[in-house]
Amino acid sequence: MLEIRNLKARAGGKQILNGIDLVVKAGEVHAIMGPNGSGKSTLAHVLAGRETVEVTGGEVLFEGKNLLEWDPEMRAREGIFLAFQYPVEIPGVSNMYLLKAALNAVRKHRGLQELDAMEFLSMVKERMKLVEMDQGLLNRAVNEGFSGGEKKRNEIFQMAVLEPRLAILDETDSGLDIDALRVVAGGVNALRGPGRAMMVITHYQRLLNYIVPDRVHVLSQGRIVTSGGRELALRLEEKGYAGIEGDARGTAAPAAAS
Amino acid sequence: MSSTKTLRELTQQDYKYGFVTDIESDTVPKGLSEEIVRVISSKKGEPAFMLEWRLKAYRHWLTMTEPTWANVRYPKIDYNDIIYYSAPKSAAEGPKSLEDVDPELRKTYEKLGIPLEEQKVLAGVAVDAVFDSVSVATTFRSKLHELGILFCSFSEAVREHPDLIQKYLGSVVPYTDNFFATLNSAVFSDGSFVFVPKGVRCPMELSTYFRINAADTGQFERTLIIADEGASVSYLEGCTAPKRDRNQLHAAVVELVTFDRATIKYSTVQNWYPGDKQGKGGIYNFVTKRGKCAGKGSKISWTQVETGSAITWKYPSCILQGDDSVGEFYSVALANNYQQADTGTKMIHIGKNTRSTIVSKGISAGHGQNTYRGLVKIMKGATNARNYSQCDSLLMSDTCGAHTFPYVEVKNSTARLEHEASTSKIGEDQIFYCRQRGLSAEDAVSMIVNGFCKEVFRELPMEFAVEAQKLLGVSLEGSVG
Repeated sequence: MLEIRNLKARAGGKQILNGIDLVVKAGEVHAIMGPNGSGKSTLAHVLAGRETVEVTGGEVLFEGKNLLEWDPEMRAREGIFLAFQYPVEIPGVSNMYLLKAALNAVRKHRGLQELDAMEFLSMVKERMKLVEMDQGLLNRAVNEGFSGGEKKRNEIFQMAVLEPRLAILDETDSGLDIDALRVVAGGVNALRGPGRAMMVITHYQRLLNYIVPDRVHVLSQGRIVTSGGRELALRLEEKGYAGIEGDARGTAAPAAAS
Repeated sequence: MSSTKTLRELTQQDYKYGFVTDIESDTVPKGLSEEIVRVISSKKGEPAFMLEWRLKAYRHWLTMTEPTWANVRYPKIDYNDIIYYSAPKSAAEGPKSLEDVDPELRKTYEKLGIPLEEQKVLAGVAVDAVFDSVSVATTFRSKLHELGILFCSFSEAVREHPDLIQKYLGSVVPYTDNFFATLNSAVFSDGSFVFVPKGVRCPMELSTYFRINAADTGQFERTLIIADEGASVSYLEGCTAPKRDRNQLHAAVVELVTFDRATIKYSTVQNWYPGDKQGKGGIYNFVTKRGKCAGKGSKISWTQVETGSAITWKYPSCILQGDDSVGEFYSVALANNYQQADTGTKMIHIGKNTRSTIVSKGISAGHGQNTYRGLVKIMKGATNARNYSQCDSLLMSDTCGAHTFPYVEVKNSTARLEHEASTSKIGEDQIFYCRQRGLSAEDAVSMIVNGFCKEVFRELPMEFAVEAQKLLGVSLEGSVG
């Protein structure tokens, strides 16, 4: 579904990504881990098409098509969803209104009928249950005055409504207490399926106790330094990033030579 | 940065309504003199008191100088290079019904989407359409007449109801009020008149569409609305103008009067030609709008959405004379390209327990300059007066400006005033967030801006709110709506 080849990118005047290679297949959940400043969020934003990040090399194929050519809305309509680390507040625009406009833009692109208000409402009510979201949040302005946990739930709720093919969760666990984390993870798990891939970006192993990944990749200084199964995350927790990177340097010398 | 570029592109859409209708106009020569004032009055067949009033205004105007305190810049206006009266020739005889209206005129209205057609009447809106200074069509009046509501052109009111005109004309905005209002008093061409008698609630929104057409014709509208005890009325005013190369002067006066427990809600959507991208050729809009809450517990509410004009100079105000009276001002003002807007309100608290609310939303884009100027004045006798003011500015480029001048004068220590203000820049992150959810950049900007204006839009009658959002869309994003 997603194929990233030697991706390099700059942001804020600094080279952040230094050649990322990654293949994600439909139905898989990949965890991207790494210390602060390793390029995790930059990778997420490059994939979503943020214009403040400049791609300086490499390519990204989404279902065989050149993803980097598309503007952000095209990517969204094609099925790429980014759950933001810091969801943005939009005063005066109701959560419901944004979501309906978004859903209908996506449906239109996919050749589906736009939903009318009633159909939309019943769908929304059902999807809210996934993340145990309070209905009152629907009529509030987008993310305005939401608690940290409410914002994150809202992101997953939007994902449940928009039904993306590739979901990128950018530090969805940050700022969540353990109960909220469980709820959000439950929502994410319910949305796993054979046709959908997910990239779960996280700093901590903790989230992966709830969302069990198929693959784990460790990012450092803009490169994937090591990849493995779920056990890699557990090892990380034990040894820390420094320890893992040391291991990786010892065993992955050929990669550095290329 | 490319998001800045997108914003710039989006905010540089051409004015959609720039066209000129080919209609012969019955005009007087350029320039202003006592002779011209007499000609205007006689062309309109006015009674002597009206001519006298105009002449007094004219003579007073000669002693006045143009004000310069507003935060706007424009080349000096040559008041002798302006035509002060123009009427469509086809209207000379006066149309008896819609069918009698000049087809050219009707086509123009249709192009503008002005619903003068039967379906509009069925939709429950009576339209008093002003085209080049003279009302050429008035609908649904007989129905209003059954309720005793008078809704007609100002000239007609002068002829048919001279007693009411004599009593109320200038009672809120005297002919000596200010340079532009005085000029208007001398040469006003036409406008609308509404009288709602005791206890009557007007069952429909009354609406007037203004349109400036003939070249180099200043337009001087005069509107007077009176709501007698316990009466209520909602009045809508909206307009677009055709594209013109020369600046056009517009100096309207609106006077509102409410008696005990009466309510007037006055809503405006203003979309006059703002000038081209270099700021050339837009309308100069110098308007005096004022309402007097004369009666106890009466209420006047102004809502305005100002997206047009090269220069806007406008301060819809309330004189809260009756005890427990309420004044409201809700405003959205957009200044794009080289537009300059200096707008706000005055709330004069005279009676006890008077309350006022001010919500002003200024949007600046391109090289636009947006100024909020407001006065809250609490007089000595205004015990327990309250005011809440909120002024928010949204900036959409690095080259535009937002300015706020709130004035407060309090002469009674029991008064309570609150003032909140904010300035924000439309965020790249907000636009990206919406686009990541599948919205086009254009729709994202429109949604964010409309969200910013929500508190004002919800004060507009439903149908008008939709129109206002569209106008904002046209002014900012082009294809939206």
